[in-house]
Amino acid sequence: MKQFMSFVRKEFLHIFRDRTTIAILLVLPLLNLILFGYAITTEVKNSKIAILDPSNDALTRAIIDKLAHSEYFTINKIIHHPSEIDEVFKKDRLNMVVVFSSNFYEEAAHTGNAQVELITDGTDPNTARVIASYASNIIASHLAGLSKIEKIPFQINPQVKLLYNPQMRGAYNFVPGVMGMILMLICAMMTSISIAREKEFGTMEILLVSPVKPIFIILSKTIPYFVLSLVNLTTILVLSVFLLGVPVAGSLFWLIVFSLLYIFVNLSLGLLISSLVDSQLVALLISGMVLMLPVIMLSGMMFPVENMPEFFQWISQIIPAKWYIIGVKKIMIKGLGVSSIIPEIIVLSTMGILLITASLKKFKYRLE
Amino acid sequence: MPERVIDSMEKVIVADKLTKKFGDFIAVDHISFEVERGEIFGFLGANGAGKTTAMRMLCGLSIPTSGKGLVAGYDIHTQSEKVKRNIGYMSQKFALYDDLTVAENIRLYAGIYGVKEKEIAPKTKELLLRLGFDNERDTLVKSLPMGWKQKLAFSVAIFHEPKIVFLDEPTGGVDPVTRRQFWEMIYEASDRGITIFVTTHYMDEAEYCNRVCVMVDGRIDALDSPRNLKIQYNAQNMDEVFQQLARNAKRTDAI
Amino acid sequence: MLPIEVKNLYKNYFPAKSGKFAGIGNPVQHSGETATVETGLSFSVSKGEIFGIIGPDGAGKTTLFRILTTLILADRGTATVDGFDVVKEYKEIRKRVGYMPGKFSLYQDLTVQENLNFFATVFNTTIAENYYLIKDIYQQIEPFKNRRAAKLSGGMKQKLALCCALIHKPSVLFLDEPTTGVDAVSRKEFWDMLKQLKNQGITILVSTPYMDEANLCDRIALIQNGQFLTIDTPAKIVGQFGKTLWTVQSDNMSRLLLDLRAVKQIESCFTFGDSHHVTILNDQFTKTDLHKILHEIGHTNVEINEINPTIEDCFMELSKHS
Repeated sequence: MKQFMSFVRKEFLHIFRDRTTIAILLVLPLLNLILFGYAITTEVKNSKIAILDPSNDALTRAIIDKLAHSEYFTINKIIHHPSEIDEVFKKDRLNMVVVFSSNFYEEAAHTGNAQVELITDGTDPNTARVIASYASNIIASHLAGLSKIEKIPFQINPQVKLLYNPQMRGAYNFVPGVMGMILMLICAMMTSISIAREKEFGTMEILLVSPVKPIFIILSKTIPYFVLSLVNLTTILVLSVFLLGVPVAGSLFWLIVFSLLYIFVNLSLGLLISSLVDSQLVALLISGMVLMLPVIMLSGMMFPVENMPEFFQWISQIIPAKWYIIGVKKIMIKGLGVSSIIPEIIVLSTMGILLITASLKKFKYRLE
Repeated sequence: MPERVIDSMEKVIVADKLTKKFGDFIAVDHISFEVERGEIFGFLGANGAGKTTAMRMLCGLSIPTSGKGLVAGYDIHTQSEKVKRNIGYMSQKFALYDDLTVAENIRLYAGIYGVKEKEIAPKTKELLLRLGFDNERDTLVKSLPMGWKQKLAFSVAIFHEPKIVFLDEPTGGVDPVTRRQFWEMIYEASDRGITIFVTTHYMDEAEYCNRVCVMVDGRIDALDSPRNLKIQYNAQNMDEVFQQLARNAKRTDAI
Repeated sequence: MLPIEVKNLYKNYFPAKSGKFAGIGNPVQHSGETATVETGLSFSVSKGEIFGIIGPDGAGKTTLFRILTTLILADRGTATVDGFDVVKEYKEIRKRVGYMPGKFSLYQDLTVQENLNFFATVFNTTIAENYYLIKDIYQQIEPFKNRRAAKLSGGMKQKLALCCALIHKPSVLFLDEPTTGVDAVSRKEFWDMLKQLKNQGITILVSTPYMDEANLCDRIALIQNGQFLTIDTPAKIVGQFGKTLWTVQSDNMSRLLLDLRAVKQIESCFTFGDSHHVTILNDQFTKTDLHKILHEIGHTNVEINEINPTIEDCFMELSKHS
């Protein structure tokens, strides 16, 4: 035990002596939250739109007014004939045309057949999808408001996807993503790099030719990064609640327990990587390219998994971060109970056990 | 153009009270010496005696705090680019790119030192023939035996016919036979008029030099031929000379 | 039971980095239908002996050290350290040997004191427990005990590494090229320390590419291309040279080299610092004869002396026949 503690102490010394790295690791969550929160926003603001309103009645004017006053849209053009639509996109480079059916109020009030067509520019499908749902959301909520007052059976088209994020705010989506990414970065990447460093600098050679159980050397590496990831977890949660206004809707306790499980999976992953590689560079490349990219691209953090080609959906199943992000969304954003994340817990536990077994099996107590 | 007359007393390195300070620390302390054309000049000293700093200044990599240095006729302070063009460099630690072939390495260095494009191919061919490497043209350097690598590295370092070649511990770890072949190449180069500047802390390498200087605490404490030094210090070999000189060092282990 | 016993040790080893043979022993040579049987290295080291493995880079020194320190496995042959088998009883060996790898392998970002403390706990001991053993060495680095290892000079690093390897009072000490890259004064101090340790009864296996360090060992094995050229005391190896050896000097040394090689009575001629070493084919050829020849072709200030060979002369002579 004394041996183990002196190893852990040494690891902390390494971390604290390397000022640049520790600074980066501690500032990383902050940077990421700012980056995703303010710079790489998936929200679309001030989209330029045109209106084609043949009915021009009280209801359509009210809806147009709502759209005009929303921060998402500016109305740049009013057109009068469907033949002008093409020009709107090609010449004026607007993002969307809102087309009301004729006799809109009459139809809405009596037959429930009033139609709004949202025509968007499909060349940028992400923006198109986002602004279309903003618009339909604004229209639907206006109609919903009316139906309460006038008791008229307006047709309402609820947007299920936006239920927990009525304004579709990006923060609700990326906070779990950033948690998944940073915890993985600290645990898997830093652990594997720090073990690879012992091999590269030759100190592993001396440690192997000593009575220390090799497994101690490895396990002692995980402790500091475990602590560091807890610090980062706290930072992210505090920042997201107080800076971004994303509250922890469900149980904080289960959120933390679930995060610990995820940390364990990633530490095991780091150990596995380190037992396979001999240099820091390769460790960095593997954890950077092979782990980070899929987490960003495929975990559902940036792009919804449902919209991916089947092949990538299939790959995303083996990415621990994907399961973690789903689970965090359930507890933290939706406020569901622990029973709702049982599938995610089972998947992550299985992954963790497989990874730790593999990395212990793979561990070499000689140089080759 | 008249042919250049080889002046045997031509000075290719002149150091005049060359000094380098790092803060309060005087790494090189007013050293003065001259090296003649074609001379094999050994530069010895314990760790931290200031060898590396002095050599860096002479290569134009580091600006002297005070004093003057002329290398190949150019001022090391104001004409360092010209100095760099007229010197070659080889070190035991880094010499050639392992993952390039023999020919690629030669090409690379020829390019770096601005050898004319049309001269590269015939000179490469001639070099490989002379070394007996003509079959190894496209061999990766990493699969060459250690000794071959070293010979190739030296040939590459003098490929652009520099006036001076700096060798940093050139033959550590090489087997004795190859080592001698290597020194024979150095003698040959020196006969052709190339000046050889060797830094080493292996005293048997020092024995091969025409003259050696021993640095102690940033100063030059001895400068003469190995034979004269051995007589002067009443020593059997250069190692004994060195031990006597370096024993007086005050900062052997400080950096 | 001898501290180190090696029998017919063979390893075919091509490190991925260079792809060159860096193994030990003589690999099977298939020439036509007959295949010569592979032979390995055999030697033993007695208690309290300083045994030197001397040979150039790539000769297999590090491979041998790594097999004996249980870091890699040999293909064939057996080896015991302190009576324990390097394969089956590797855990016992790891408890009782000290090892200093070729590359400086301590933590550069930890201080002298922190490194030493750390390795003490690794070996389940304390600095105080075996202080007497490292005292002489440690006192030299003590003034810098709060300095990080990265900031030490080469000689200091080497002393610290030796302290760390000694902290648990090992019975056998493996030093792989401890003096490479270290200046002549520190090297001398280092060998003096090894003498002290030998007096404490510690057995030392040390490797070096520098032939001039051979005389500081009790016995040496000269190694090249994974094979021993000879194993004996330095004095006996020199005594078995069996040829007359002269040093020859003149005013023009590089011409002299070529001229000497052209003399048919001369068997070999190599540069040796400020003179050339020459072996001759038969004893009828005298120094006077050579003087005459050299004088005729215009050499001035010719000096010829008969000398005892150095280990380097022996190495070259032996490697000729291997």
